[in-house]
Amino acid sequence: MKRRRRHSTALRFAAAVLLLVVFLFPIYWLFMIAFKTPEEIFSSPPTWYPASIQFDNFRGLFKSGDAKTVFNSLFIAGTSTLIAMFLGTIAAYSLARFRTGGENLAVWIISQRMIPPIAIVFPLFLLYVWLGWVDTYHGLILLYTAFNLPYVIWMMRGYIEDVPLELEESALVDGCTRWGALLKVVFPMVRNGLFATAVFTFVFAWNDFIFALVMTRSEVTTYPVQVTHYFGAQSNFWAKIAAMSVLGAAPVFLAVAFLQRYLVRGISLGAVKG
Amino acid sequence: MARLRLQGIEKSYGNVHAVRGVDLDVAEGEFTVLVGPSGCGKSTLLRCIAGLEEVDAGTVTIGDDAVNNVRPRDRNLAMVFQNYALYPYMNVRENIAFGLKARRTPADEIETRVRRAAGMLGIESLLDRLPRQLSGGQRQRVAIGRAIVRDARLFLFDEPLSNLDAQLRDEMRTEIKRLHQELGKTMIYVTHDQIEAMTLADRIVLLREGVIEQAGAPLDLFERPVSRFVARFLGSPPINFIPGRLVDEAGAGLAVRCGEDAVFALPPERAAALASRAGSDVILGIRPEHITGRAHVGGRRGHFVPHRVVIDLVQPTGTRLHGTFTLAGIEVLAELQAHDVERPGETIEVLFDMQRAIIIDPTSDRVIQGD
Ligand SMILES: Nc1ncnc2c1ncn2[C@@H]1O[C@H](COP(=O)(O)OP(=O)(O)OP(=O)(O)O)[C@@H](O)[C@H]1O
Ligand SMILES: [Mg+2]
Repeated sequence: MKRRRRHSTALRFAAAVLLLVVFLFPIYWLFMIAFKTPEEIFSSPPTWYPASIQFDNFRGLFKSGDAKTVFNSLFIAGTSTLIAMFLGTIAAYSLARFRTGGENLAVWIISQRMIPPIAIVFPLFLLYVWLGWVDTYHGLILLYTAFNLPYVIWMMRGYIEDVPLELEESALVDGCTRWGALLKVVFPMVRNGLFATAVFTFVFAWNDFIFALVMTRSEVTTYPVQVTHYFGAQSNFWAKIAAMSVLGAAPVFLAVAFLQRYLVRGISLGAVKG
Repeated sequence: MARLRLQGIEKSYGNVHAVRGVDLDVAEGEFTVLVGPSGCGKSTLLRCIAGLEEVDAGTVTIGDDAVNNVRPRDRNLAMVFQNYALYPYMNVRENIAFGLKARRTPADEIETRVRRAAGMLGIESLLDRLPRQLSGGQRQRVAIGRAIVRDARLFLFDEPLSNLDAQLRDEMRTEIKRLHQELGKTMIYVTHDQIEAMTLADRIVLLREGVIEQAGAPLDLFERPVSRFVARFLGSPPINFIPGRLVDEAGAGLAVRCGEDAVFALPPERAAALASRAGSDVILGIRPEHITGRAHVGGRRGHFVPHRVVIDLVQPTGTRLHGTFTLAGIEVLAELQAHDVERPGETIEVLFDMQRAIIIDPTSDRVIQGD
């Protein structure tokens, strides 16, 4: 009995390792390319790891100004996430607590999120040309905010509805204003959900390609658009692609790593339990 | 501390008319209990006082101020909720201090007040725990602590004990009574438990479908109910209602005849008051404790009318014995003494105390006071 159990544990462990290797290998490869010299990248047979870690590829990106696109992305995604989270949370509060719009408004709002971006990007482009907002920060920030708001409202409404009404009423009687109750009682109780929602909102804006491709030219190019510039008809700039991808993946990795605690609880449990 | 005055309070939720014209005056320092069956509007009325609901009509006055348009926080009340409403991520100390902090009380004063409140409730040792590490009774104490720590004008309780088991409920009831005596604050307490109402209240306000059916001292309501509804709501085991007719047979004075052979003469002063009703159908309301065995009337005052009955169900409760018999087709419960009846089927003579019985008009369900 005992023996068999030990066998099956070993088997499972082996399977897990195998799967990990399969799935992590492309990411590993990408990271390795980012640190290789051009000769190493194209050497045949390929080398598994760079002979020495060197940052020339990254240095090149910063020197040419291409790295600025990562900061564009950070700024645009970050700002639009903040705005969407703020507006979305207070809108969700209103929907949850004051029954604003009755039963149907919330569903109507989330249905906005189901529009495929490609279906609206061209009318929007014409509008943006007319407004002179193409290739501006505020243009893209506004677009992402608008696109993320329904998601934020929908998620936050669920989390807020899970907070017992009595807690808030107790705070109101105890001497809080509505805003005070929202900040001191509701906010701490939906914190996990709030962070989880913010990460998804950020990641959407961070990863968006279609809006950024159409709405930017040179000033506010975001990193996914920049990466496509390295795929050429004649040759591909593998070193740049890899280094840029590493830069682009890093913020998301960091965010998830730091917020993992909240993420797991926020996604799986609802905000209040535990 | 303050006087509370409600005038013509109305509140509807959509087409549910929850409170329909309530007028109520609560004196300073008074312990008022709102009772009534589920859904009669007790919580709604309390929430209107707290400002958590806006009234549709009428005025709420606390002290000298009409507070209709005053936010809950500025009404300076304290409220204890049924589900405790403790903030789960704050420890007991922070929970109790919450209201003081929200009102920007200096830190050292918060500390003294929290200590004093915790001391009164015997929860000093729990101050650093989180709510989820407390038992139900302890949570309720914290919730009460959060209310009494503030110098509120008025204390509101919405069924604070209904989530506790019977023994704990008795304990906390005593505690609340003691707190009221120590603090001398005006308190309004909602419950649907008639024992809580009877034991705690200076004054009971009995609500029925959003209107006040009767308000008064607990014994007033118990002894002089205005309606069948009030009579049945208070008292356990509940009052017996026996259909009958007011008769004046053979000039023996006014009596209630129930069924074929039972005639209960009324005491002379009540007979005189009800004389004009002779011949009409009535309902005789009599509490189980006012139907007693022959041997135990002793020196008690009353107007006892004997009647022989067959006891067909016997339920001893220790010192007492609940015996059931049938009268006018109705099962009637009598609170006898132990050993009055040894086994079911015995015939004994019981005494109806007609001084304490009530006479109800069956069409209006109102108690006939006499004219
Ligand atoms: N938020 C609400 N929306 C709609 N109807 C409500 C609301 N709150 C209460 N009601 C209705 O108003 C009436 C009075 O409710 P209330 O909560 O005051 O009763 P209660 O006397 O406190 O009852 P319980 O003893 O069950 O707590 C009920 O018919 C109830 O269904
Ligand atoms: Mg209630």
